[in-house]
Amino acid sequence: MKSYRTHLMLCAGTGCVSNGAYRIKAALEQELVKQNLQDEVAVVMTGCNGFCAQGPVMTVLPEGIFYQLLAEEDIPYLVEEHFLKGRPVKRLMFTPPAEKAPVPRMSDIGFFKKQRLIALRNRGLIDPEKIDEYIARGGYRALAKALTAMSREEIIEEIKKSGLRGRGGAGFPTGLKWELTAKQPGDEKFIVCNGDEGDPGAFMDRSIVESDPHSVLEGMVIGARAIGATHGFVYIRQEYPLALERLNLALGQARRYGLLGKDILGAGFDFDISVHRGAGAFVCGEETSLIGSLEGRPPEPRIRPPFPAESGVWGKPTCINNVETWATVPEIITRGSAWFSQIGTATSKGTKVFSLVGKVKNTGLVEVPMGITLREMVFDIGGGIQGDRKYKAVQTGGPSGGCIPASLLDLPIDYERLNEVGSIMGSGGMIVMDEETCMVDVARYFLEFLRDESCGKCTACREGVDVMYQIVSDICAGKGEESHIPLLEELGEAVKDGSMCALGGTAPNPVLSTLRYFRDEYEAHIKERRCPAGVCKALITYRIDPQKCKACLLCNRNCPQEAISGEKKKPQTIEQSKCIKCGVCRDVCKFEAVTVQ
Amino acid sequence: MDKLRPEDLDKIADRMKNVMSLRQGAGRAKITVHMGTCGIAAGARKIMSAVLRSMDESAVKDVIVTTSGCAGLCSREPMLTVELVGEAPVKYVDVTEDKVKRIFAEHVVNGKIVPDYALAVGSEQTL
Repeated sequence: MKSYRTHLMLCAGTGCVSNGAYRIKAALEQELVKQNLQDEVAVVMTGCNGFCAQGPVMTVLPEGIFYQLLAEEDIPYLVEEHFLKGRPVKRLMFTPPAEKAPVPRMSDIGFFKKQRLIALRNRGLIDPEKIDEYIARGGYRALAKALTAMSREEIIEEIKKSGLRGRGGAGFPTGLKWELTAKQPGDEKFIVCNGDEGDPGAFMDRSIVESDPHSVLEGMVIGARAIGATHGFVYIRQEYPLALERLNLALGQARRYGLLGKDILGAGFDFDISVHRGAGAFVCGEETSLIGSLEGRPPEPRIRPPFPAESGVWGKPTCINNVETWATVPEIITRGSAWFSQIGTATSKGTKVFSLVGKVKNTGLVEVPMGITLREMVFDIGGGIQGDRKYKAVQTGGPSGGCIPASLLDLPIDYERLNEVGSIMGSGGMIVMDEETCMVDVARYFLEFLRDESCGKCTACREGVDVMYQIVSDICAGKGEESHIPLLEELGEAVKDGSMCALGGTAPNPVLSTLRYFRDEYEAHIKERRCPAGVCKALITYRIDPQKCKACLLCNRNCPQEAISGEKKKPQTIEQSKCIKCGVCRDVCKFEAVTVQ
Repeated sequence: MDKLRPEDLDKIADRMKNVMSLRQGAGRAKITVHMGTCGIAAGARKIMSAVLRSMDESAVKDVIVTTSGCAGLCSREPMLTVELVGEAPVKYVDVTEDKVKRIFAEHVVNGKIVPDYALAVGSEQTL
């Protein structure tokens, strides 16, 4: 391949693409030609860099200079200054919120510093659409090792010893799952990659497939070899067009190189993978529902046992693992189980990918060693709370996870610790909430989601979640009664007990965990008809503080209801009967004169 | 493309070596072409092309090529600095395209400084 002196690794993850990454690419290429640098500087489109909040982002290699929030009009100056004259442009670098000086190098930025990349080992370093770049970074070596130098039993033993547990949420030991499937009688077995990532605010699997699709395929072929599977399926959401495109591209490349299909790497092993696009039902992330959907049946869970390892797709032994689990497998085979198991905690080994979203300053995709504390996640990586407001809670595990309060910020993150405090690891969603988040409203939001997504098979989940949603909605609307709290707790337990799958089994978590840690907020809504965070519209009133009002009339002019009146140069007032509590007055006020109670 | 055998993976990696050593920022040598206004006026752009051409023609691919501003000795531009891993940087002055070929072959590939073109070993002190 032709030599360049600089590679501009421009993020082409979904976040940066929607922020205009391809327009930046065009501008860069045009400007490089203008400066006659097209033979010296190459533009490389990579998968998600992780620092989505600052997109479009770009890393300049070999120096490792990180540019952020790029706009087309910055490009001519950037190309001339940095790529022609060698002077990095400070104003396009990241400046940590609390500091003044920009941090030029990606490796020095707090958001990246604490991360340790295993599943995302190639993110930002390769073009995900080029298999040669994956191979050049050591890709498919683990497969070669597994096919030529290891027996099926040895592969399984290595995964077992590594302590790898399912990254989809339940945390079942991966090696054990492989062993159970391998031991089943029969010639026809399947493996499935679960990429049905339905949690609102979660994008781990999407990013892995977008930034490094071959890592998933390689893991699957290794797994297939160990288990003795003949065919594999990637079940991926239709809503992920970029991931789908790159996955299909990767499958074609792997087939052309003989890494899929007949006689893989000349080692006499046959295996191929097909893609199944999911139609967007949250319940399909549950393995028995996923199997139903794959077979063309309605996606409804069924009772286990038999487990998919015994009877899965079309009744054949089937091993289902999540995208991140498959992507981790090749590294364990290459570097060995001892290397992997030294990372993490006693029961949870290795690293975990999280999508860190919500009220933190640095939102994005991060991979950290198990055992890292919530405090490190929120304050060191996340950079603290937006607007320096007070931290209130973090919700882990997606809609059916729990909310963890400030008193537990030093909790180390692993499967067991999260369960102990009433939450779950889940697939890795992490939503940070601040003092302006109403926990009752949060519970209402997730219940609404789960009520819509319940498949309806189990009465407890179908009816129970709906009733819980109505009760919590009533509390938010100021119609709460004191009997509601014990009723919610009783219902929550009933829904947990009476549901077949994990959707119903975890659906009450948002309510139960907020009742456990934020009961005072429920009580304020019910007894005092007050929303302490100022969110629930039925319980709040906007007022203008006459002491602070400077009579600038900004609120008056912006109110969509014309509810604000007052004479010129006199404090303004809000007519409550007209107010729809949209909050525009508060947003536009420069003197913080509008209060919510 | 033919179906791969395990040994072909190394061949692909070898073919991609210049790409990957650049991305990892690790190479046997770093060549800096000084691109101040003076350098560019004296022909530094051609020198850069010649450096990249030398690398394309050579089997040695793990060389980091970069630019920096004026080195302060404008009358002796174009200038380039060669820094082998673990050794002091060497500045070459009045560089031409032909000189680049010899510097690349002798210094970068074989590790022997070309005294005919070299100005000095080392850099100024910085804070």
